[in-house]
Amino acid sequence: MDYSLLSSILHAILVASTPLVFAGLGALIQERAGVLNLGVEGLMIVGALAGFATALAGYPLLFSVIAAAFAGASLAAIFALLVLRLYANPVATGLALTLFGLGLSALAGAQYVGQAAPQVSVWTIPLLSQLPVVGHALFSHDPLVYLSILMAALIWWFLKQTRAGLILRAVGENHTSAHSLGFSVMGIRFLAIAAGGALAGIGGSYLTLVQTPLFVEGMTAGRGWIALALVVFASWRPFRVIAGAYLFGSVTILQLHSQAFGISIPAQWLSMLPYLVTIVALVMISARGDKGVAAPGSLGKIFRVSR
Amino acid sequence: MRGLLSKALAVSAAVLLAACSDSEQTASNAPEKSADKVKAGFIYVGPVSDGGWTYEHNQGRLAVEGAFGDQVETTFVESVSEGPDAERVLSQMANDGADIIFTTSFGFMNPTIKVAEQFPNVKFEHATGFKRADNVAIYSSRFYEGRHVLGLVAGKMTKTNTIGYIASFPIPEVVRGINAAYLAAKSVNPAVQFKVIWVSSWFDPGKEADAAKALIDQGADILMQHTDSPAAMQIAEQRGIYAFGQASDMAAFGPTAQLTAIIDDWAPYYIERVGAMLDGTWQSTDTWGGFNTGMVALAPYGQAVPDDVRQLAEEARVAISEGRLHPFTGPINKQDGSAWLAAGETADDGTLLGMDFYVEGIEGSLPSSN
Repeated sequence: MDYSLLSSILHAILVASTPLVFAGLGALIQERAGVLNLGVEGLMIVGALAGFATALAGYPLLFSVIAAAFAGASLAAIFALLVLRLYANPVATGLALTLFGLGLSALAGAQYVGQAAPQVSVWTIPLLSQLPVVGHALFSHDPLVYLSILMAALIWWFLKQTRAGLILRAVGENHTSAHSLGFSVMGIRFLAIAAGGALAGIGGSYLTLVQTPLFVEGMTAGRGWIALALVVFASWRPFRVIAGAYLFGSVTILQLHSQAFGISIPAQWLSMLPYLVTIVALVMISARGDKGVAAPGSLGKIFRVSR
Repeated sequence: MRGLLSKALAVSAAVLLAACSDSEQTASNAPEKSADKVKAGFIYVGPVSDGGWTYEHNQGRLAVEGAFGDQVETTFVESVSEGPDAERVLSQMANDGADIIFTTSFGFMNPTIKVAEQFPNVKFEHATGFKRADNVAIYSSRFYEGRHVLGLVAGKMTKTNTIGYIASFPIPEVVRGINAAYLAAKSVNPAVQFKVIWVSSWFDPGKEADAAKALIDQGADILMQHTDSPAAMQIAEQRGIYAFGQASDMAAFGPTAQLTAIIDDWAPYYIERVGAMLDGTWQSTDTWGGFNTGMVALAPYGQAVPDDVRQLAEEARVAISEGRLHPFTGPINKQDGSAWLAAGETADDGTLLGMDFYVEGIEGSLPSSN
């Protein structure tokens, strides 16, 4: 294999994985606060549409990304209202959010179908991009790829090193204790949901801004579900989310390349792989019984203030 | 996910259908006589906004409405997954008084046959399949005729002698297209090589784009696709190579990149069949139209296609349309080297409809279809 092909493959893996990194981090921050939000797919596609519409109107990338984040956060706020204030079942509400997001984006997006967004410019990092193989593969990307990695670092730092992060984790581990210590479980969860929605929205917008600069309904094609699986696979750690996303991205891209080389692995197997790996990861987590990697204690549980 | 979505759509369609079913009980009871009003249902595998396959079927539906006005009422359910869901959507449509139902994807074949048995008075029309019944007609287009012309253009224009082909599922329709395009390309360029990627989806723009990039990275300078979104066309435009549109004119996504496109025009067929329902002359038929019927057409050639290639392509198109040329004319061997067609022999429709093998010269193996 020549090096330019290797470099192109690595480059494509990063591009294919970036939506998963954003959406996975978004799901992670919610789950660390104890919120199970199955609406990631819906949040992503709404972000995809908002980002695309903004780019089409001629605004720069930064505005498109902000619009996508805002759209994702707004839809997530509806989820927060239903689950936190009205005590709706989070699983059913999350599924409904996915359906609602897909339907809403199809309706609002109908007018954008058939148009192409302007291409996003690439930020080539001086010197590093001159390196053989990895130069092109890692250091000549659109800004969002770098942002996704920066975001993982930021979330790691926030959860690990800041007081606010500690409070968020406390709410996720045991909301009753956190409440009795005087923290606002509702408020913190609301912020986590909004932040998660914003990240999912950005992840979705990556699809319509960079990966395929067009909008068609249902174009997230299950990536939201992979993002959810990813968080479990990553045992709720930000950097493992990146690693997992790149692993899943590699599986997709390598499968395509192996076919073009004439080696065929049934594509159905590779589509199943992310979920199989997740199941294996789940089994390993429970078999080890290691508290450090277990799911947040209050994950998916409804919190009611006892009066 | 598709499953849930189509469930929701099916429910909402059912509500809509129920709301307007009072007024036309006469039509569904007497399908043999000429009807005053026909209710036609359509089920689609993708969204009507896909810009390709489903979009064109929906254009056909709109043409039916345009042609018959008040005499016809049409309904559709989009993004129906090819499995048990389709059966439920079909039963629902039949229950709600549809007189004729068009099922517009290969994977709807078995559900169509099954539901047709339960509703002998409802007529069904299944696209691209091979199973018929007294109340199930089948129809398809000879897309392979278009593929032949595409293959000629690709063979002439490739500089790397590598054509990338994004395929969906290894069903006869898709395999036929690959074979037809390859044979045509090979006839004008013996060094040509096809790289085929199966994406296991009709519609996943992200994956189609990734496949397009992989093919380009591996040296393809012309892309063909048998998937429904214009994603590959966009990538071709970005990367400065050429591609062919699929099912619909995709020039908007690749103004420079599109060499031409196969356009499916279902309108004449849909108008004819719904007309037959109105006249009371509907019969279970097997229609396979090509260039000659207008069901297969080509988009205008792109700027990049030189005059001599254009001429070659047009000659082939006319010859096929007039029946002077068959894209599968021997000698042709199968991929394993065994003889298929002797010199001068043309393929019969039966073999073409069930085609499950590559012709000699295509590399890689055909994935099993189940």
